[in-house]
Amino acid sequence: MLSFLTRRLIVALLVAATVMTLAFVLTRLSGDLATSIAGANATQADIEVIRKAYGLDRPVLTQFFDWVGRALTGDLGNSYFFQTRVSTLIAERMPVTLTLGITGLLIALFVSIPLGILAAVREGTGFDRAVQMVALLGQAMPSFWLGLLLMITFGLQLGWLPISGTGSWENFVMPGVVLAFSAIPALTRLTRAGMIQAMGSDYIRTARAKGLSRASILLKHALRNAAIPVVAIAAVQLGFMLGGSIVIEQVFALHGVGFLAWESIAKNDFPVVQAVVLVLAVIYVALTMVADLMNAVLDPRLRV
Amino acid sequence: MSALLEVEQLEVGFGSRTSAVRGTSLTVERGETHCLVGESGCGKSVTALAVMNLLARGGYRRARRMSFQGEDLLKLNDRGMARLRGNAMAMIFQEPMTSLNPAYTVGSQMTEVLRRHKGSSQRVATDRAADLLARVGITAPGLRLGQFPHQLSGGLRQRVMIAMALMCDPQLLIADEPTTALDVTVQAQILRLLAELQRDLGLGMLLITHDLGIVARVATRVSVMYAGEVVESAATAQLFSDPKHPYTQGLLRCVPVPGKQRQDEPLGSIPGTVPRIGPGFEGCGFRERCSFADASCAQTVPHQTAAPGHDYLCRLAP
Repeated sequence: MLSFLTRRLIVALLVAATVMTLAFVLTRLSGDLATSIAGANATQADIEVIRKAYGLDRPVLTQFFDWVGRALTGDLGNSYFFQTRVSTLIAERMPVTLTLGITGLLIALFVSIPLGILAAVREGTGFDRAVQMVALLGQAMPSFWLGLLLMITFGLQLGWLPISGTGSWENFVMPGVVLAFSAIPALTRLTRAGMIQAMGSDYIRTARAKGLSRASILLKHALRNAAIPVVAIAAVQLGFMLGGSIVIEQVFALHGVGFLAWESIAKNDFPVVQAVVLVLAVIYVALTMVADLMNAVLDPRLRV
Repeated sequence: MSALLEVEQLEVGFGSRTSAVRGTSLTVERGETHCLVGESGCGKSVTALAVMNLLARGGYRRARRMSFQGEDLLKLNDRGMARLRGNAMAMIFQEPMTSLNPAYTVGSQMTEVLRRHKGSSQRVATDRAADLLARVGITAPGLRLGQFPHQLSGGLRQRVMIAMALMCDPQLLIADEPTTALDVTVQAQILRLLAELQRDLGLGMLLITHDLGIVARVATRVSVMYAGEVVESAATAQLFSDPKHPYTQGLLRCVPVPGKQRQDEPLGSIPGTVPRIGPGFEGCGFRERCSFADASCAQTVPHQTAAPGHDYLCRLAP
């Protein structure tokens, strides 16, 4: 178990290091930063001043190691636009994004796992086909469009839910549903496939031969094994939701990290962009590790 | 008193094209070992699964009569069957490597049977599981209870399966080729164990095998299956000394007997394979491989009795 953890941790660190490098390189590939920060009407002298002030005149490698060194101590630099520390900015916005992502994941799990189990139990029936059809439609539907549809129906016409802001839990219902919708198809299909495979296995025949109840056969013996890939994908989906909420936060005017990223890209606030990419990547890597750990809990064969 | 298990005219099919079992009848008495023999695909396992009502999806069963301890199995619903399974009738499968759930410990899988059927506490169930593991020859049962299936060898897993089947003191144990997947030394141990348990606990056993050596050692009674039918059934000694059906005779010729075989006489074999038989098939299923077959074998085959308790399905005179 310990060597399993160590191996996972090493891989996670390597991924994080790669992402840091990519985040740094990509922001610099978008052109001369000093020029774009200075704006269209700036003189060459202005640009040189900015270049010096932000340390952009130093060699790229020096800039990189300086940034990495500071990031490791938790200092992600200062925002050019907001005039505050980037870490403060992200810490302020993170709760909104996390609430949204976790709401989305919970809704997705509560819908897709029962749906997947039912579809598997009724494999080949009309119900099963209907579930697969809906899953297909869900996968094909762009999230901003679904978001707008929900807003028009439940926000404007029925007036049940607020259409923007972060004031109360009600603000998170519609965006949560929209995010969940993007994860439901994959999770439902995975649950269904896993359950069908498990139900046809020898150990389920044994469970039936033991006279166990249907609930125990389905939920204890089959689901436990079917859940292993679902957990892995659910963690990845949460990562997508946190990163992908950039669109939904726009649509519902939720001032989370996704909104921040969009603002910073528009304003060439590259320390913020770099930091958001880094933070999301680290969260993503951490989630994958959590998924691995949960898989090891579910599947004893992985605990080697 | 009625027999432990009585099956009359069992038919099992999958879809509308394949009939796997065609009118099989068999009886298992208390305290006896009834061996069901025959080559692969002749319907032995399917017969056992039909009795337990564990047929795979798409399989159906019909029978004139199927009773267990006088209770009509055909009238029981899923819940009623579940009450018997693992409790009064237990089954061991051919695949010890995959028959245990990889996600739960041996102890958890064993104790849930007793808790389900007898409502025992976890402690009582754990004690019983440890006792049974010791009974089937597993050393350090306490350690094994906490282990997962992947930590055990095939032989150990099959012992666990046997111990698990015995948790509720079943009256009937159905063992479907319990030693096929194991190596020879382990095979012998498992068989000796089953024979011992059967004698000590007085349970009725339906043992499915294709190994006549096993049959000779443990069976009280033998039924030979061919193409979904029991073609001959007799007490073990009777069947080995006086086989009536050409298929049984062929099977016995396929077994080498040390010292009895002459150098120049080749070991017997039966040419061909088991035919695939659909609904509406008439006549003897063995006729295409049988050296005694003639035109009349394509008609309905008579049931004949060679001696009391020795029945066979062939037109040949006793």
